[in-house]
Amino acid sequence: MFIEKDLVAASATPLVLGILAEGESYGYAIIKRVNELSQGQMQWTDGMLYPLLHRLERAGHVSATWRVADNGRRRKHYALTDAGRNVLAERAAQWTVVADALQQVWQSAQLPPTAAATGWS
Amino acid sequence: MTLDAHLESRIAGWRNYVSDRQVISSADIDEMEDHLREQISDFVSVGLTDDEAFLIAVGRMGGVDEISREFAQEHSDRLWKQLVLTPDADEKSGALRRPRELAVVLACALGAGLAVRAGVEWLTESALVRNAALLVLPFLTLYFAWKRGMGPGRTAALALPFAAAAVVLNAFPFEPGGVTEIIAAIHAPVALWFVVGAAYVGGDWRSHRRRMDFVRFTGEWAVYLALLALGGGVLMGLTAGAFSALGIDVEPFFEQWILPFGPAGAIVVAAWLVEAKQQVVENIAPVLTRVFTPITIVMLAALFVAVIASRSVVTVDRDLLILMDLILVLVLGLLLYSISARDPHAAPDVFDLLQVVLIAAALAVDLLMLTAMATRIAEFGVTANKVTALGLNLVLMVNLVWAARLGVSFLRGRAGFAAVERWQTRYLPVYCGWAVLAAVAIPPLFRFV
Repeated sequence: MFIEKDLVAASATPLVLGILAEGESYGYAIIKRVNELSQGQMQWTDGMLYPLLHRLERAGHVSATWRVADNGRRRKHYALTDAGRNVLAERAAQWTVVADALQQVWQSAQLPPTAAATGWS
Repeated sequence: MTLDAHLESRIAGWRNYVSDRQVISSADIDEMEDHLREQISDFVSVGLTDDEAFLIAVGRMGGVDEISREFAQEHSDRLWKQLVLTPDADEKSGALRRPRELAVVLACALGAGLAVRAGVEWLTESALVRNAALLVLPFLTLYFAWKRGMGPGRTAALALPFAAAAVVLNAFPFEPGGVTEIIAAIHAPVALWFVVGAAYVGGDWRSHRRRMDFVRFTGEWAVYLALLALGGGVLMGLTAGAFSALGIDVEPFFEQWILPFGPAGAIVVAAWLVEAKQQVVENIAPVLTRVFTPITIVMLAALFVAVIASRSVVTVDRDLLILMDLILVLVLGLLLYSISARDPHAAPDVFDLLQVVLIAAALAVDLLMLTAMATRIAEFGVTANKVTALGLNLVLMVNLVWAARLGVSFLRGRAGFAAVERWQTRYLPVYCGWAVLAAVAIPPLFRFV
C-alpha cells in the first residue's frame, strides 16, 4: 500500500522518538524497526532518516555517540534524552487524539471494504 | 560477511559521489555508508547478488539531491561555508556573476569613498562625524541587496531607515560639542548596522539561522577590517616616510584623498572579502575566541580584586560606567563569536565551561561596580551619559544573565546548544531597539545638551 508522503513525514519524528524510547539504537536498526512495526508498509527513503536524527540531536531530544561496532566500523548511536521523552509524551498524546477522531469517523462513515480492511490498525 | 573488491569499489564510488555535495560532512557519509553496508549484507544473506543488493540499497537510500537538500536545511552553517547563499545562483549565473561582482564591489567602495570625500569638503567636522555611517553604510547595504537579488522594491524599502536616520541626525538641534550629539553619533551606526543586516540576510530577517549568519559575518568582517586597517596604516606610514625623505610633503594629499577613501572603501571591501573568502577566516575565528576567552577571564578576575581592594576610591563614576559597558560588550562579542563559530552538534567541553565562567566573571565585576557606584549615581542626578550607560548596562546584563543560565543547563545536558543559539539570535532586535532609542529619544529628553 502506498502511504502518502506527508503522512510519512508527519509520523517520522514521533516514530523515531518512540523507537529510541525502547532503547539506544542506530540508523539502520531504526529503519529495520520501522519496517517491522509497519509490516513493511511504511517505506522511508533511508537517507532522509539522518537529517531527521541530526535535527532531533540539535533540538536536544536525542543525544548521539560514536561507537565501534562488532565489525570494526564506526557507528553513531542515538539515545533519547529527558527532553526527548517529554516531547514524545506530548506527541503521543496528540496522535492519540488524532487516531481516536479518525477511528470514530471511520466507524460512522461507510467505507469501501478494501480501504477499511487495509486502514490503520 | 566480507564484501568483494568489486562491491568495495562500487561503495567507494557512491561515497565519492555523495561527498561532492559538500553540505554532507564526511562523518555523515560514514554514518550512511555503514547503513548501506548493513543493508547490502542483509540483502545478500537472503540470496541477492552483490550487484542487486548494492543497487537496491542505494535506491532505498534515496536521491542524493533530495538528501543533500535536507542536510542543507539542517546544517545551514555548513551551507554558509559553501558560498551558496543565493538559492537561485546556479553554476552558470554564478560564473557570470563573479567578474561582475568585483565591479559592483569596487563601484560601491568608490561610491562610499566619494560620499565621504564630499562630506569632508562640505560638512562641518561634527556633522561629518554624526553622518559618517550614513555616508558609507548605504553602499554596503546596496552591495548586499544586489548580491542577494532583492529587487528594486525591497531595496528601496531599505533606504527608508537611512532617510529617517538622516532626518534625526541633522534636524535635531544638537548643542555643539554636547553629550547627546556624541550619544546619537555612536548609536546611529549601530542601529543602521541592522539595516545592513536586513540586506545581508536578503530580507529574511525572521529566520534565526540567517540572523546567526549575520552575527558570524559581523565578527569576521571586523577581523578583516582590522587586518586591512593594519596593512593600510603600515603602507601609509612607509609611503609618507619615503616621500618626506625625498622632501615632498604628502600630508595634504593623504588628508584629502586617502583618509576619506581608505576607511570607506575598506568597509565595503572587507564585507566582500568575508563573502568571497569565508573559509580562510573560518579557521581563525575559533582560534581567536579560544585565545581571548581565558585571557579575558584573567583580566576580569584581576579587575574584580582591584575593585574590592579600592572600593572607597571609586570616584570616576561616569568613565567607569562606560568602561564597564565596553567590557560587557567585549564579553558579549566573544560569546556571540564563539557561539557562531561552534559546531552546534558537539557535546559540551571545557571551552563551554570557560565561557560560562567568563560570563559569570563579567557579571560579578559589573554588579560589584554598580553597587560601588550606586550612591554616586544617585547623588548627582540623571545625566544623558549616565542614563545611556546604565541603559546599555541593563540591556547587556539581561542578555548575559540568561546566557549564563542557558550555558549552565547546556553544560549539564539539560538543554541543547540550539537553546543557547536561539536566545542570542532572538535578542538581536533588542540591541537595535536600544540603539534607536538612544539615538532618537535621549537627545530630546536632555534638551540636546
